Amino acid sequence: MSNIQQIQEDIVDEFALFDDWMQRYEYMIELGKSLPLIDDKYKTDDYIIKGCQSKVWVHADMKEDKVVFTADSDAIITKGIIAILIRVFSNQRPKDIIEANTDFIDEIGLKEHLSPTRANGLVSMIKQLKMYALGYENKQPQN
Amino acid sequence: MKVAERFDVTKIRQDFPILNRKVNGKPLVYFDNAATSQTPQQVIDCIVDYYQNYNANIHRGVHALSQEATDAYEKARQIIQQHFNAKESKEIILTAGTTHSINLVANGFEKFLQKGDEILVSGLEHHSNIVPWQMLCEKTGALLKVLPMSETGTLNMSQFEVMLNPNTKLVMVNHVSNALGTINPIQEIIKKAHDFGAKVLVDGAQSAPHLKADVQALDVDFYTCSAHKICGPTGIGMLYGKRELLEALPPYQGGGEMIDQVSFEKTTYAGLPNKFEAGTPNICGGIAFGRAINYMNEIGFENIQAYEHELLLYATKRLEEFDNIIIYGTSPEQKTAVISFNFEGLHPYDVGTLVDKMGIAVRTGHHCAQPIMEFFKIPGTIRASFSFYNTKEEIDLMIDALKKANSMLL
Repeated sequence: MSNIQQIQEDIVDEFALFDDWMQRYEYMIELGKSLPLIDDKYKTDDYIIKGCQSKVWVHADMKEDKVVFTADSDAIITKGIIAILIRVFSNQRPKDIIEANTDFIDEIGLKEHLSPTRANGLVSMIKQLKMYALGYENKQPQN
Repeated sequence: MKVAERFDVTKIRQDFPILNRKVNGKPLVYFDNAATSQTPQQVIDCIVDYYQNYNANIHRGVHALSQEATDAYEKARQIIQQHFNAKESKEIILTAGTTHSINLVANGFEKFLQKGDEILVSGLEHHSNIVPWQMLCEKTGALLKVLPMSETGTLNMSQFEVMLNPNTKLVMVNHVSNALGTINPIQEIIKKAHDFGAKVLVDGAQSAPHLKADVQALDVDFYTCSAHKICGPTGIGMLYGKRELLEALPPYQGGGEMIDQVSFEKTTYAGLPNKFEAGTPNICGGIAFGRAINYMNEIGFENIQAYEHELLLYATKRLEEFDNIIIYGTSPEQKTAVISFNFEGLHPYDVGTLVDKMGIAVRTGHHCAQPIMEFFKIPGTIRASFSFYNTKEEIDLMIDALKKANSMLL
């Protein structure tokens, strides 16, 4: 089992402890509030993923053989979801990021945030994380 | 204005089957009426009746079904004509909706504009009444000028007089702002624009659900609205244009229905309104649009206005209970039943997401009016827009949900 999959399962287990949507959202709001996610110098149009309603900024760095993501949003719930995504995808090898699925988002009851009508930049954000990983993967020397 | 005693909201709500459904386990509270209105059973029945009993193509078949469908479609045009008090039914073009109508006029005006001409749009417009004119300016070299709005969400009318000049060829304004609900002084705008020989297009998408416009009394050149905001189906709307103007405009799309004679050397076009209705139209939509207008008139626009105003006053009062509320736009006296607001320190998207979980449908975002959001320097607002089938009890549910959202987010 890859590390990514293990983290996803941990998150699903954590969310299973919540009784209802309010507790889930309260938890996400907490996550959103508590994390300084990105260096302010990256909160520019160069790093923005435009959703219709909330903005998302993403920055990626390669440290040794792993991709480190930082991100932020102007909306707190979006920020909470970003915190979850960062926990899953950051500090992982590019290949694992590219191959990872995001079914766990459905399992923790946040499916509606992946619907395009939400227009919160989240779908584009996941795509962007994978694009970064793909970029790093292609830059790596072939074995 | 008083709500007539025979106005019975409980009875009216029974006309709308969708109001019985639940969202996230809670009874639906639908306050996104400015985006689209719900459909009464009478209009749903009209749509079903068409497909069950007389679905046929119109204006050409000699068979019975085609005749019946043609009669019903043309009858709908007359209903729309009478409702807006147009002189003739041929001045009513059935379009796909307001956006389509505006593009039709913008496309036609290419012929009449030249470099140096000016097009004036109000700062309160929806993107659909901005972008087609920008495209027209790119094609013709005309200049797009913006009539500014004030902090209260009203248009700066003294500035309007300064901006008008003999080069002003077109003025575009919505009757009611979709983002803020402001009722604009269109009578005055039309009169002043005409003094300079400019033509005026009024976007009535947000006024048609609340007020009855009389196009002859207004002396407006073009007026447009969408059926789906006045209890009709999506994909159908109307464009009113003064006959001489519609006759002067070139056709928008080519195809069947809009021709007189076709040969490979030369095609001549049909007269109004067919000239602008190329191809098989939205027949069922047109007929249902007529039924929706009849439905609204059965309830009565005076009743609708009086009742919605009560809802607006009540909701405004209740929202003002929040210490951190910011309401955008003018006082309730100058607007329709729309409240655009934010809570200090909260993102509208977060609030909208949480109240949706509690069954409350409000709109959040920029409402396709980014220049207005830019004016207030905000990412968007929460917009609650009411209809005659909403109730004060529903407003209370929204307030409770907003309180809960505030306590979760702050």
